[in-house]
Amino acid sequence: MSKLHSTNQLEALYKKVLSDKAHKNRIISISSGTCGQARGSIKLVEAFQDAIIDDKDKISLKVSGCHGFCAAEPNVIIYPQEIFYKNLKPEDAPRIVQSVLNDEIIPELTVSQNGTNFIHLEEIPFYSHQKRILLHDNPLIDPTNIEDYLALGGYKALSKAFEMQPEEIIETIKLSGLRGRGGAGFPTGRKWDITRGQKSEVKYIICNADEGDPGAYMDRSLLEGNSQSILEGMIIGAYAMGATKGWVYVRTEYPLAVQNVILNIDKAQELGLLGENILGSGFSFDIEVVRGAGAFVCGEETALIHSIESMRGIPSQRPPFPAQKGLFNKPTNINNVETWANVPKILVNGADWFANIGSETCKGTKIFSLVGKVKNTGLVEVPMGITLREVVYDIGEGSPKGKKIKAVQTGGPSGGCIPENMFDLAVDYESLTGAGSIMGSGGMIVMDEDTCMVDFARYFTNFLQGESCGNCSACREGTQRMYEILTDITEGKAEEDSLELLEELAHVIKNASLCGLGQTAPNPVLSTIRYYKDEYLAHIRDKRCPAGVCKTLIKYQIDANNCTGCGLCTKNCPSGAIEGELKQTHSIDQEKCIKCGICSDVCKFNSIITE
Amino acid sequence: MQEAINFIEARIKKYGKYLIPILQDIQQFYNYLPEEMLRILAEKMHIPFIDVYGVVTFYNSFNLAPKGEHTITVCTGTACYIRGGPKIVEAVARELNIEAGQTTDDMKFSLETVNCLGCCAIGPTVVIDGEYYGEMTAQKTLKLLRTIKEEKKEYEQVALYEST
Repeated sequence: MSKLHSTNQLEALYKKVLSDKAHKNRIISISSGTCGQARGSIKLVEAFQDAIIDDKDKISLKVSGCHGFCAAEPNVIIYPQEIFYKNLKPEDAPRIVQSVLNDEIIPELTVSQNGTNFIHLEEIPFYSHQKRILLHDNPLIDPTNIEDYLALGGYKALSKAFEMQPEEIIETIKLSGLRGRGGAGFPTGRKWDITRGQKSEVKYIICNADEGDPGAYMDRSLLEGNSQSILEGMIIGAYAMGATKGWVYVRTEYPLAVQNVILNIDKAQELGLLGENILGSGFSFDIEVVRGAGAFVCGEETALIHSIESMRGIPSQRPPFPAQKGLFNKPTNINNVETWANVPKILVNGADWFANIGSETCKGTKIFSLVGKVKNTGLVEVPMGITLREVVYDIGEGSPKGKKIKAVQTGGPSGGCIPENMFDLAVDYESLTGAGSIMGSGGMIVMDEDTCMVDFARYFTNFLQGESCGNCSACREGTQRMYEILTDITEGKAEEDSLELLEELAHVIKNASLCGLGQTAPNPVLSTIRYYKDEYLAHIRDKRCPAGVCKTLIKYQIDANNCTGCGLCTKNCPSGAIEGELKQTHSIDQEKCIKCGICSDVCKFNSIITE
Repeated sequence: MQEAINFIEARIKKYGKYLIPILQDIQQFYNYLPEEMLRILAEKMHIPFIDVYGVVTFYNSFNLAPKGEHTITVCTGTACYIRGGPKIVEAVARELNIEAGQTTDDMKFSLETVNCLGCCAIGPTVVIDGEYYGEMTAQKTLKLLRTIKEEKKEYEQVALYEST
């Protein structure tokens, strides 16, 4: 494809791309993001390539980014009918191809529930309760082919932007009510306005793709599956703010995302959508990729800037804000991946359209990663203001093992836990903060009765202690002390006054830390003490872990009623602690047991019990 | 030595004053950051060695010690944690008689943990030599590990379909 010099040439390219695709409307799209690949999508792709070899003119095969329903992967969606087949094996490929050619359906490969087969995407409970604006396009896009993005109307928003004044674009974003999806929820239009208002010849923009919150991966999915939407958002933003250069700062832990973003920048440059005089508008702008090096704190704006400058990622005092003095001391606007991806949709569909989705104070949709102890794990895009109950039970279909769901953790290490009896809470920035948690980047980790809340708080505290940059003593030393106290509690060594001490420490860390990491570091501890004080007290007073997690306080036993004497536990026990004749009830020698829990994992008869 | 100098000079030419991408290139090539390379780098960039060392030790992805022939990375992100990630780390550590972050004496295996790989829905996730495995357990990981130990090349298939 040759370089485009005007929006008219882009229009002509749309026509060509659409007519090329017109005769090939039967598509098999394979979900092949990183998680799909971990579930075997690469072998599935190979099997499909072999299976369609004689029918390439009738069916096109699309190796796309993540389709969102991770629990069903590897999966395919067949277009135009949107038939969804789940958990496929390579040997399923030939009959699927045959069924597409014959316009048939294979019921046993569809999602089923209580005897009902859900054939089409929109019927499946996981999808039917969602509003997929950003994720909708993923299955229709081969991330290596920019034509797929163009066929869906890609870069129409940019053409429209070039017909508008920069101030008009910012006004549109303001009216839409879009707020930063990275977690803080600052109004995007206002942020742009501040950067636009700075008197400087040179301004920069950054896409924050340092998705460090463990348990959140919506940005990875967008970067891998549809990076053009992010690039288009950035170009529009740059034009509105008068920026000349942009950076995508992406985690090095996401190799496929890094690869796809770099590739798509090249493609956009080839078409003249990045570079000098974009589409003949007179506006020049380019984007560079910087890989992170594995530091959670670099998600913080000023730390991220230092990291791009190749320094240690230590946050700075604000003000000056990055909008005033940012990267290389120039005014810099930083937005999150999901925020940028919303921009083209808002420009094309209008501010009113966006403002009509969501709650009173939070507009649009938000992508959540629904993970942990829930049946339908995956990426869920829902209107702001939806209740946690709808997300966990209607979309997620509750616990996979019929266990009682205890809580949802939102907001990553800076967030908190929301207990089950508060699941009617509407999910938006304000309500989550009111409940002692935060929206964060959108991780939703579901916990059931087998999750120990003290151990969980200890996990996050350990994480934050390791990721603290070390600049502020309160954060550096305080998180370490909190971790030690929590460890004592989980080992049954703590006294009751340790809870007071934890709370006191928490307030000092919150008040005496410079950046968001330290200011929010005590949240997991405070929110679990707030809602699960009983569990803390059980560890402290009764030396008991109600969830059966904390090693020092539990022991593994064999339930004689269930044990069949199959010997699988004996075979797998690394410390030789399990004895018993074949077909006789086995027993565990508590002296030898190292409490690794492998027996419990391998037992097929639920006969290992924790006490 | 001359080879090392050439390598670094070429990178400085490509990346200018930006230390992190140069370090990433060195690590990609050597599998770790040899001290000698860091000393040459500091000298060629006209910056104190402590500045290079400071950046290297700040970021988790840089290694100052060589890694083994096979790297086993266990995700200990939140979702993997509550689904049993730590059990896998312990089991592998026990099997190889090393701790997370270490390499076996025979330089065959390195055990790493990572904060999050973004495969949260199918956790616990384990990556062995760049290959991702979802829904792992301690037992499945050990099985896979033992197959590699026996130098069988078909190990890729072992775990994949057991999980579904």
